[in-house]
Amino acid sequence: MKQANRRTKLVVLTAAMVLVLAVIYACGILIPEEAAAGSFLNAKLPPSLRHPFGTDALGRDLFLRTLKGLSVSMTIGLAASAISAVIAVLVGAASAAGSRGVDAVLNWLIDLVMGVPHTILILLISFALGRGLNGLLAGIAATHWCSLARLIRGEVLQLRSQQYVAVSRRLGKSSGWIMLYHLLPHLAPQFVVGLVLMFPHAILHEASISFLGFGLPPEQPAIGIILAESMRYLSAGMWWMAVLPGLTLVSIVLLVDKAGEHLKTLLDPYSAQE
Amino acid sequence: MALEAKNVDFRYGRNQPWILKDQCLKIGKGERLAVFAPSGYGKTTLAMLLAGYLEPINGQVLLDEIPLPKKGACPVQLICQHPEKAVNPRWRLRRVLEESGPLREDLLEALGIQRAWLARFPRELSGGELQRFCVARALTSGGDYLICDEISAMLDGITQAQIWNVVLEEAEKRSLGLIAITHNRRLAGRIASRILDLSV
Amino acid sequence: MEQTRKALLEMRNISVSFRMYGRGLEQTDLRVISDLHLTVYPGEIVAIAGSSGSGKSLLASAILGILPPNAAVRGDLQYKGEALTPERQKWIRGREIALVPQSVAYLDPLMKVGPQTDGYYKPTKKRRMLFERLQLPASVERLYPFQLSGGMARRVLVSTALVTGARLIIADEPTPGMSIEQALEALRMFREMADEGKSVILITHDIDLAVEFADRVAVFYAGTTVETAPASDFKAGPEALRHPYSKALWKALPQNGFEPIPGFQPYAGNLPEGCLFAPRCPYKTEQCEKQVPPMLEIRGGEARCFHGA
Repeated sequence: MKQANRRTKLVVLTAAMVLVLAVIYACGILIPEEAAAGSFLNAKLPPSLRHPFGTDALGRDLFLRTLKGLSVSMTIGLAASAISAVIAVLVGAASAAGSRGVDAVLNWLIDLVMGVPHTILILLISFALGRGLNGLLAGIAATHWCSLARLIRGEVLQLRSQQYVAVSRRLGKSSGWIMLYHLLPHLAPQFVVGLVLMFPHAILHEASISFLGFGLPPEQPAIGIILAESMRYLSAGMWWMAVLPGLTLVSIVLLVDKAGEHLKTLLDPYSAQE
Repeated sequence: MALEAKNVDFRYGRNQPWILKDQCLKIGKGERLAVFAPSGYGKTTLAMLLAGYLEPINGQVLLDEIPLPKKGACPVQLICQHPEKAVNPRWRLRRVLEESGPLREDLLEALGIQRAWLARFPRELSGGELQRFCVARALTSGGDYLICDEISAMLDGITQAQIWNVVLEEAEKRSLGLIAITHNRRLAGRIASRILDLSV
Repeated sequence: MEQTRKALLEMRNISVSFRMYGRGLEQTDLRVISDLHLTVYPGEIVAIAGSSGSGKSLLASAILGILPPNAAVRGDLQYKGEALTPERQKWIRGREIALVPQSVAYLDPLMKVGPQTDGYYKPTKKRRMLFERLQLPASVERLYPFQLSGGMARRVLVSTALVTGARLIIADEPTPGMSIEQALEALRMFREMADEGKSVILITHDIDLAVEFADRVAVFYAGTTVETAPASDFKAGPEALRHPYSKALWKALPQNGFEPIPGFQPYAGNLPEGCLFAPRCPYKTEQCEKQVPPMLEIRGGEARCFHGA
């Protein structure tokens, strides 16, 4: 049998990455609250075989807490980037297909949202909506669609000038029909790749906002909360409370980012043949 | 019963040169007209104006004394030079054909379209094979006028003759008004009853 | 007569295939040019005539060694009697062999036309002369490529090749977009070059043009040359031609009958096993369907057919 080709390798690699993420997510969901509940007898233990990430000031196992926190982060990240990507498609498509006025207003909106630093905007939205899960979700979703919307606007503009779209119109098809059957299917790869690459951003923002105290409530096992709590003990030499959960978060983010890049290579017609 | 361009002017932007100026053309149903000119004389632009793909800056394109309809299947159909641009690359060819209506077996047969091609994607077929689909699609849609813009310039002589024989037969049967745009004087002489030379 | 002369460029059994990914994960080799034979002698214009998109342009890239990385070339390629290796190709292109590219996209959009045409050696005087002959106003040299009309860009492309003084010019569809006089002038310049002992490969989809200006015409079908014949044979008619496809092509031209034979050109990926023309050939035998016929010398020309006459 001939050696596996480059595309096969890439697909297998990407699938493996997705599998790792899925396992982490499932673990976080399946681990019961009680498993992470600790006792003061075990407080502030350094990493060991029993507690791979050590324990925190309340004696809770940090490994389990990190896993739970990650799954919360992933839920928020996925939901927020999905909402954001849908907004991006709607705005991008409307901007390209609509009148000149609509285009101008939407472009102005994109510039406006991009012009304000994300963290501040998320903070404000999250705070205005009473913090917690919903505020955080709304904040992240409302700030991450801009660059994808621009990309999609360009794509739709380019697609609309294609000859087969003009032919379709002369064959009597309506604008809505053309949008649905000729244009939107072409946007699917952009949408998926955009969504996946948005995911790590969303997770990081979630963690940083929670860390600052404007996101999830302190009783929720979120990475941002874990990191914020660990700050008090860092000067006492209890490095594991911050370093290990932090590293895990970074590796997850890198993993998703890499998977997104692979996906882009596979779906992009220019690189797909390489 | 006629398709008419009345003193049409066209250019692509306000600062661009005029591509067509005061151009007139009239063709009746059942007539076969060849528009002959070397490249760069605005042949394609004229074709796109007549089929309603573009609108003239000044002047009018009239079908039976009224402007072309904006909605619904246009009674003036255009077949372009580059078939690979005129089909959605993500659609299988059956779907491409059905965009203009139910498949017409007699046309597929006449054009030599293989059943197996219907399940393929455009990039799996050659230009000559794709152009047969574009011809079939335009002829299936009904309509009384057909504009062929250099439809065989890219093809080999045999495919050119195959496609044109089908188009001419169909034009005869349905008494279509046929406009063939070409830079090939011999081809123009072969297919048309009247030749309009834009270069003079 | 031609056999006694030394060939400038010789291609034997050249095949070009592309590694492509199909649906899902399957990887296929798409053979775009198969077993192509072509010999170019000094002092002649050889036309390669075939339908657009059938791989003729890839032939030019294969000679120059500028194919994309997922392409593979097999076969024997010789220039002046020596194998044309990748290193030699690199040295030769632009010096000994020049290309008139098919599309304006080959011009550097950020460089003015004049300096761009001059290239590295700056033969500015010669270039101005070429521009004048091709009816390009002197002011054109200060324009950027995007400011050129289609016809002007074509003439600039022709100049870029002529100005190098190369021994062999490969002109890939050089005339579309030019007016008749300009096209004739460009072709006359190729003729003069050939009369000085240089050579031109004229790649075109326009068989009438090929017959009018070339010394010999190679008929390109489904990625190979089925016949190479003196241009005069195409004027003489089907009796003078050798391959059944060339005969059928002659009869299908609008000036001679406009009568097609049924069938279609096979396309890369779906090529028949034996002779590429066998599925449509009226003279085919069992042998044709199983074996690729060799290029045979017939009456001062060549044809790839078991039954050629």
